[in-house]
Amino acid sequence: MSAVFEQIFQVGFLAAIIRIATPLAFATLGEMFSERAGVLNLGIEGIMLLSAMAGFTAASLSGSLWLGVLVAVLVGALMGALHALFTVALGLSQHVCGIGVTLFSSGLAYFLYRLIFGQQSVPPSIDGFKPVPIPILSDIPILGPAVFNQFTLVYLAIVAIPLAAFVLYRTPWGLSVRMVGENPRAADSAGVSVIATRFQAVILGGALMGLAGAFLTMAQFNAFTFGVVSGRGWVAIALVVFGRWDPWRSAGAALLFAFVDALQLRMQASGLGHIPYEAFLMLPFIFTIIAMAFMSRNAVAPSALLKPFRREER
Amino acid sequence: MSAPLIEMRGITKSFGAVKANETVDLSVAPGEILGLLGENGAGKTTLMNVLFGAYAPDAGEILVEGRPVAIHSSADALAAGIGMVHQHFHLAPRLTVLENLLIGIPGKSGRIDRSGGLARLKEIGRRHGLSLAPDLPVSALSVGEQQRLEIIKALFRGAKLLILDEPTAVLAPSEVDGLFAALRSMVGQGLGIIFISHKLNEVRALTHRCVVLRHGKVAGRVDHPASTTSAEMAKLMCGHEIAPPAKGASTPGASVLTLDGISTVGHGGTPLREVSLVVRAGEILGIAGVSGNGQRALADVISGMLPPKTGTMTIAGKAVAQFSPRELQALGLGRIPEDRMTTGLVTNLPLADSMVLPRIGTEAFSRKGLLDPAAIRAFAEEQIKAYDIRCPGPMARAGALSGGNLQKALLARELAFDPKVLIVSQPTRGLDIGAARFIHEKFLAMRAKGCGIIVIGEDLEELLMLSDRIAVMYEGCIAGTLSGADATVARLGLMMTGAEGHA
Repeated sequence: MSAVFEQIFQVGFLAAIIRIATPLAFATLGEMFSERAGVLNLGIEGIMLLSAMAGFTAASLSGSLWLGVLVAVLVGALMGALHALFTVALGLSQHVCGIGVTLFSSGLAYFLYRLIFGQQSVPPSIDGFKPVPIPILSDIPILGPAVFNQFTLVYLAIVAIPLAAFVLYRTPWGLSVRMVGENPRAADSAGVSVIATRFQAVILGGALMGLAGAFLTMAQFNAFTFGVVSGRGWVAIALVVFGRWDPWRSAGAALLFAFVDALQLRMQASGLGHIPYEAFLMLPFIFTIIAMAFMSRNAVAPSALLKPFRREER
Repeated sequence: MSAPLIEMRGITKSFGAVKANETVDLSVAPGEILGLLGENGAGKTTLMNVLFGAYAPDAGEILVEGRPVAIHSSADALAAGIGMVHQHFHLAPRLTVLENLLIGIPGKSGRIDRSGGLARLKEIGRRHGLSLAPDLPVSALSVGEQQRLEIIKALFRGAKLLILDEPTAVLAPSEVDGLFAALRSMVGQGLGIIFISHKLNEVRALTHRCVVLRHGKVAGRVDHPASTTSAEMAKLMCGHEIAPPAKGASTPGASVLTLDGISTVGHGGTPLREVSLVVRAGEILGIAGVSGNGQRALADVISGMLPPKTGTMTIAGKAVAQFSPRELQALGLGRIPEDRMTTGLVTNLPLADSMVLPRIGTEAFSRKGLLDPAAIRAFAEEQIKAYDIRCPGPMARAGALSGGNLQKALLARELAFDPKVLIVSQPTRGLDIGAARFIHEKFLAMRAKGCGIIVIGEDLEELLMLSDRIAVMYEGCIAGTLSGADATVARLGLMMTGAEGHA
């Protein structure tokens, strides 16, 4: 048994956690910004998929990975704007529109992918991002190779967490986001445009979801498959609740989920082979459900979440 | 006299076919408190929403310090120096006091200007005697403190004119004095205030001048409110004299409700301690007391929502075995709760549904376990006619009705089944004179028919007018009971503070 544990807990394991957590962190922060402004974005799963496809295609056709990332972010922002158009400008049901955005984006991703790449026996792949060791820091034992010998996008995620907290809690725009998510009427009477603030937050959220998608196809898998997102978007929605709509807690939740996911991957590969691998695959999701059941009891959602804002309504 | 701070000229605003405001003129000078009077639906709130930029007027202009300004949004209004304290506060409960103040204020080098905000808050505290702890979440503030925060918020943004929409409706009498002192200090420093209310005694005590609206038009102006009688103002508001309801002599019969040694535990508010009461047929018992002294627990016990820990209760001679609203209703209890919107009606359902809600499973409204929509509708239509409930029809969303009409609907619902006992809390809070008078007359009519009524209220004038006896609650106990003839505002006030006991 100890041999199994040794095999599991090594530098590679830590590095794997960080890698798995990165797209989740982007997606969770994106969903968090949207929800803090009062807009649930169930389009996340589809937005991630379409961004992953668009980024991969752009990178594959142009040969520039960063152009791919840019395209993924723009596509994510665009789909965010679409969701905001329905839910913020038109005030339609956030649940229904979100699911609509996911179905539309997923379908569009499959369609465009087939259109561009055709049906190939071996799915096309690209030469993805390579780990960029940070001088000195990467020499720290254990932590160095795990955290500071990663893709640039991982570093971006690490920076994005405190940045998100700063923006949300310390800037006037962040205060406006929190206010429109709690009491849009209060923000409106203080001269803050509820519609504009919500649009901005949902678009920013979409862009972050786009980054998450880009990571999947350009750093993690270096190819696009129809199952590339496989529920990560839905998980992010749970992680936002788990993280109580706070950037730090949400990122922590992403790390925790990544830990369980990395653990089950190792367990699959280790000597516990007599258990069907599907049992391991379930673990992170079982963990999420249990964690949600315990932790989300006293979590309080933004008061105006799901509520459209119309000014002349009395 | 200097140029008016604000002048509104010929303001007209329609909603569909309804003219909410028609050629209204109004002005406020620096250092002046202007009272804006009118019944519910007279157009006071609409007019102020026009001034604050929430509605665009169809015609008319607004001048600030003599210059015409275009106000298209609350941001424009704030920039013009107009601040508004809405009836329903515009605060985010989970954000802090300071965050609620800083919303919409540009930051300093991209960050929230915390130190600048604190300094400004301190200055307002010094100048107007209004202070609050900056880092407390708003949810931790009392209603009075939240209102103070709203006033600070307006001053924070440099308001020269402050609009207060029915500010005293949510306050306890002691808090009203504090509010008035702050308002007087503010006009002493050159600000202007528009004070919206339909409480005539407050308007007379506070304002320098009054404009009275009726059906969206200016019905009259009062230049010396302090020396004008309430009756004169009420006549301007309603368009006709309002006579106090005739209260006949009561001949109380047998006891219809008795509480014997009722004590409760928990449930948030002040619990009851050994409360014993008797209400007889054909009698109105008033329950006075400073809010939070167990009135809510009393109402909840009597309406069956809170089973007592000890003690017994009988309705019409039958002991209550099981405390549930349905059981008590079956014994002949009617109830009009304190909060119409949350425990009275279902605001998102049609009015007709709410009107039959307590009896939804009974033979009157269902057949073989299925609802009888025709019977429900017919009942609602009948009551709407009988009580003159102003609404588009029985299928209109209940939440769309005004407070007075909602209260009439609740009253209709309970009285239609001839209760032996009726418990009501704050029956006329937020209602205008006309609607309140209607409610009072209905209570007196029920009393004449032999119904025993308990009225829990904070408005002592109302209790004195209606009640045959008044019991005062203090810290969960009955501090004493006075007969209607012995009771005075002064005496009740003393008992409410626990100073005078009376068995």
